[in-house]
Amino acid sequence: MAKIGVFVCHCGENISATVDCHKVAETAAKIQGVEYAVDYKYMCSDPGQTLIKDAIKEHGLTGVVVAACSPRMHEPTFRKATADAGLNPFLSEMANLREHCSWVHDKGEVTTQKAIDVVRTMVAKVKHNAPLEMIKVPVTKRALVIGGGVAGIQAALDIANAGHPVVMVEREPSIGGHMAQLSETFPTLDCSQCILTPRMVEVAQHPLITLYSYSEVIGLDGFVGNFTAKIRKKAKSVIEELCTGCGMCTTKCPQKKISSEFEQHLGVRPAIYTPFPQAVPNIPVIDRDNCTFYLKGKCRICEKVCATNAIKFDQEDEIIDVEVGAVVIATGFDIKRADFFPEYGFGKYKDVIDGLQFERLASASGPTQGAIRRPSDGTVPKKIVFIACAGSRDPAKGIEYCSKICCMYTAKHAMLYKHKVHDGEATIFYMDIRAGGKNYEEFVRRAITEDDANYVRGRVSRVYEKNGKLIVKGVDTLLNAQPIEIEADMVVLATAAISNPGAESLAQTLHVSYDAHKFFAEAHPKLKPVETNTAGIMLAGACQAPKDIPESVAAASGAAVKVCGLFSKDELTREPLVAIVNRYPGPLYSTCVGCFMCQPVCPYNAIEREEIKDRSGKVIKALAYVNPGLCQGCGTCVALCRSKSIDINGFSNNQMYEEVVALFNT
Amino acid sequence: MSSAHVVHKKGSLMEEMLDQRHLTVQKCYQCGKCSAGCPVSEDMDYPPSVIMRLVQTESKANEDKALRSMTTWLCVTCETCATRCPMEIDIPGVMDFLRERSLQKGITNPGAKNIISFHKSFLDSIKQTGRLFELGLVAEYKLRSLQMGQDVNLVPSMLSRGKLHFIPEVIKGRKNMLSIFKKTLKKGGKK
Repeated sequence: MAKIGVFVCHCGENISATVDCHKVAETAAKIQGVEYAVDYKYMCSDPGQTLIKDAIKEHGLTGVVVAACSPRMHEPTFRKATADAGLNPFLSEMANLREHCSWVHDKGEVTTQKAIDVVRTMVAKVKHNAPLEMIKVPVTKRALVIGGGVAGIQAALDIANAGHPVVMVEREPSIGGHMAQLSETFPTLDCSQCILTPRMVEVAQHPLITLYSYSEVIGLDGFVGNFTAKIRKKAKSVIEELCTGCGMCTTKCPQKKISSEFEQHLGVRPAIYTPFPQAVPNIPVIDRDNCTFYLKGKCRICEKVCATNAIKFDQEDEIIDVEVGAVVIATGFDIKRADFFPEYGFGKYKDVIDGLQFERLASASGPTQGAIRRPSDGTVPKKIVFIACAGSRDPAKGIEYCSKICCMYTAKHAMLYKHKVHDGEATIFYMDIRAGGKNYEEFVRRAITEDDANYVRGRVSRVYEKNGKLIVKGVDTLLNAQPIEIEADMVVLATAAISNPGAESLAQTLHVSYDAHKFFAEAHPKLKPVETNTAGIMLAGACQAPKDIPESVAAASGAAVKVCGLFSKDELTREPLVAIVNRYPGPLYSTCVGCFMCQPVCPYNAIEREEIKDRSGKVIKALAYVNPGLCQGCGTCVALCRSKSIDINGFSNNQMYEEVVALFNT
Repeated sequence: MSSAHVVHKKGSLMEEMLDQRHLTVQKCYQCGKCSAGCPVSEDMDYPPSVIMRLVQTESKANEDKALRSMTTWLCVTCETCATRCPMEIDIPGVMDFLRERSLQKGITNPGAKNIISFHKSFLDSIKQTGRLFELGLVAEYKLRSLQMGQDVNLVPSMLSRGKLHFIPEVIKGRKNMLSIFKKTLKKGGKK
């Protein structure tokens, strides 16, 4: 015989202002099976909880209904109080009288009646609650970091320094990411490579970090604490163990005119190459699309000059499985390029470049050794125009967000230009200057007052060529849209920061959500900024949204802490509100017929095949089995199951049915 | 590293103002607080913040607009703008500079003729006597501006309160005053 206790909370005046709580308790006491009902001002307060605990002991309650706020708010509180009184915590339910009743209705008899009905349904449900135990799953204390840019490096080092092994996967031949391409960094103007390369070396030398460069994650199975990652190590055509990084092959390679991706196509590289001199690992790869041997079957010069016989032309891609407990996604961003800006002549005029190309021009290790020279004829531009918001904040171009980093790097570009070309003229067309960050506004003001950057508020409408000059047409909106035409030698577009081209497919591989712009989505924009909706997978850096270096690093350290927190326990506990396939003694075993229709609809790949064998090992029956570690309790399989063999713990079909029936039995 | 090579456009007003008077127009970020608080901005052709922007562009055409504007002459140097300016720009100083330059170049706004006549009469009075001689100021202003009837109804009450003296008071160091005027004009002013 059920003995249910009903505890009606006033929530100060939040509920009692429109609901007659006393009447709710009085009426609830008369519901069949209710042993005890009471109302109280604050059920969540210490005395309120004590009231519940005492009632459970005194009346020997078998179930508890707390009629108060949303279970999102206080379910854990009341479950704990129930457990403290010696009752299974899952025998406690909440009736939501606040969000579902008092806050959305006016004061009156009907409102109170609805509150009573809500309580009635929960009493009906809790009568059929079964005691449940928390699910415990083991944790593999090894992390996978995807992406070797500054965010990935930071996350990997933080996790490894906390004592946990890390596997880092980088798509390119070297780690370093975009930061390795940058010249100097705002707002301090310290050299990007000088601060990054020591961290890269630290990654390579760390005893707990395994680095897979030129590799990609192609699959991820499992669940929090127990993932299996499938990694494809692309064939470098170089045996890593033998290569000493002497660089002889790259020097002697006759094919030297390949446009360099690292130099943003402003420079060239050989067919066997490392992206840049400080590459980590310092092991070259052969670009098979451009190598003479792969194209024509002849050459093999690198093989001849290699002292350690490390060249292996017939090397194949290798696929490896790695067991990890947590994943940090740090795949970074890209910028808009190509023919996205026909009105600015990008791709048509050689001297219209993007921000990353300018970084390479300004970089001491870049194609011009740091001299600002026009890509077309190598002359020093005397008049340069920077166009901010090229693509960003432009719904017509499909990018309505602010790319965030451009204001700062454009100010930096103007500064660097003026430091290198003293008599040059730098004009910046902007819409707003967004310099939120420590020492950022001061930095922009310095560009204006000390380095004489000429800021003009207005968006450029068009750039075209005339007599060897780039004519930039804009207006000064601070002077009543006064037209301005500048005859520039070079134009730099601060193009929009966008998600990486591979982000969408990676998100699908990893089963994490992403937004309309293919940036990875965080679990909560404010309170869970480095976690995804998939437990055990964290985010770091600009793969989530445009971020600058300090922010990326901060996010990476945040993600690392989340990973370390996960690894601090030997096993994880989670709520047992998961799907379960019914089981009976033989010869029935289960009503499941083994059709496995549930398997393809499960969004979490939680449904496995279980075989029931007799003593001789012969398979008698194949059943669906829901892996409780993976199941998120969405209920899709329950809705689909033709033989009604699957149910969700805590939300069984029977419980739902009883709730509905209770509404009719008033 | 950075501040060493501030190169404004050669000969721009902004450069001259910075070099000669430490007027930091380049600092203006167009917040508009000066214009918002200016008691006479409604009567100006360009509010003070627009004057700043015109000068900032370093274009001859825009500088000309600032120099020919009525704004500089309507500015009463109350310094409300300078007191409130977040970038601590001496805006009345900029107005002074623009007034002087427009006089030197002879491109003052035609509408400012009487204002300039008043300034000149005032300074002449100081130059002659070392103090303000009201009746002399009035007489000179009327001659310069030909505004004979302006403010005559104020004369009786001013006389009765002893505000108008018929004989000028002269300070002791008249010679010193004269040399101040001489030195100032030598420095590049034009009267």
